[in-house]
Amino acid sequence: MASWQPTASLEMLKTRARLLSKLRAFFAEKDIFEVQTPVLSHSGNTEPSIETFITQQHENSTSITQPSFLNTSPEFAMKRLLAAGCGSIYQITPAFRQDEQGKKHNPEFTLLEWYRIDLDHHALMGEVNSLIRFVAEDFLTLERSQFFSYRDAMIKFADVDPFKVDIEALKAVAVKEGIDAVGMDDVPFDSWLDLLMSHVVEKNLPLNCPVFIYDYPASQAALAKIKKGSPAVAERFELYINGMELANGFHELSDAEEQAERFHNDQIQRKESGLPGIPADYHLIDALKYGLPDCAGVAIGVDRLLMVLTGAEHINKVLTFPFDRA
Amino acid sequence: MATYSTSEFKNGLKLMIDGYPCSIIENELVKPGKGQAFNRVKLRNLKTGRVMEKTFKSGESVEAADVMETDLQYLYNDGEAWYFMDTKTFEQVGADETAIGENIKWLKEQDMYEVTLWNDVPIAITPPNFVELEVTETDPGLRGDTSGGGGKPATLSTGAVVRVPLFLDEGEMIKVDTRTGEYVGRVKK
Repeated sequence: MASWQPTASLEMLKTRARLLSKLRAFFAEKDIFEVQTPVLSHSGNTEPSIETFITQQHENSTSITQPSFLNTSPEFAMKRLLAAGCGSIYQITPAFRQDEQGKKHNPEFTLLEWYRIDLDHHALMGEVNSLIRFVAEDFLTLERSQFFSYRDAMIKFADVDPFKVDIEALKAVAVKEGIDAVGMDDVPFDSWLDLLMSHVVEKNLPLNCPVFIYDYPASQAALAKIKKGSPAVAERFELYINGMELANGFHELSDAEEQAERFHNDQIQRKESGLPGIPADYHLIDALKYGLPDCAGVAIGVDRLLMVLTGAEHINKVLTFPFDRA
Repeated sequence: MATYSTSEFKNGLKLMIDGYPCSIIENELVKPGKGQAFNRVKLRNLKTGRVMEKTFKSGESVEAADVMETDLQYLYNDGEAWYFMDTKTFEQVGADETAIGENIKWLKEQDMYEVTLWNDVPIAITPPNFVELEVTETDPGLRGDTSGGGGKPATLSTGAVVRVPLFLDEGEMIKVDTRTGEYVGRVKK
């Protein structure tokens, strides 16, 4: 295939168009309205595991340049809209992440992100489930959805209780599973959890049905509220179908101080790992100070959803021009 | 020492793993939306041919293997080594039995082979996809039977044994697919 040509078939492009219109129909029916927020901004994503694309802008036709950042997800801007009182909203937008290319990754991809006022992550999981079933009906038959807490999923599928064991026990599971991991000598506990989640739990999850995993370790909260208890858990969920990670949702953190602290901790971690510093979005902090209504939000990878619905094995099959051809 | 970071991993990249030169045959980025990313990699040990799977924490650097693939002409075997020549420089290298391995049955003098050199020593060879070889031994041909069904074993000049149609005779030249070991067709001498 010549490299000017699209990697997706024309039939796939039509299927993508159909999926997009179904997604929009779902939200129209619920009176959740569509918004558009900037793709390019003055701040980026501080999260150490995500690399923001940095671009430059010339200032007043001088040679002085100012860095600008391509969004890795629209979450900050959408939360600012929520604080401004817009009510429940959704968005379908391109998002950009550096160094992410492979069977399930392209540096530019499409996210569906939506926020629901007055819902917590459990209620939102239910809505994600309805949406998935609504869009899947033309494509495949899904069996009953399954829901596991993070802890139960680890116990059931990796035979280890993540809240009770130490790092040695996690290493032992990796060894037992025959995972030959390189570079894991000085990594934190959570990296071992991530290893087991991605290498052991994912492949053992039930097939042909949506699988929701919720209540993550508090250390993996990202932008989720933390529910006190012993142990405390992050009010966060993920959706998998056929082993593919499709969605990540939060009962959204609304405490400005805690958000500022998480940004700060991210920056420290970035520095320690030798990663470039990324300016945090202080408009978000201001918006949270003003007041974010209680809400839950979720992001779904639209390209991956299309892969799952059509059985495409490589993300290139659902993209017009993957980055190599873009 | 040259190294590659996991972000440079791609198929065909040569790395030193546990003291052996290896080639990446599959590289999958495993990256949760939040959290630690990994590269799950399938590698072929270029010396032993063994395939293994390893997971690298993303961002790790791995030593590059000084491995080169070059097209050389097979010359002869002196009982110990198999000699290949660069047709431009006329330089010769000798490959040992381990490097030749099972490909011995496709080795024909004057033909070109892809030779994998590690620190300038051959560690593996890859025959062309198709080779033309003479049938040296097979049951007598059955004239008129062109059905192609069934077939019979035939030994070729290199010692390879392939299944051929019943109508083929000793002394005929045939084309064989070295990847599958299957008969492709007759070749006019």
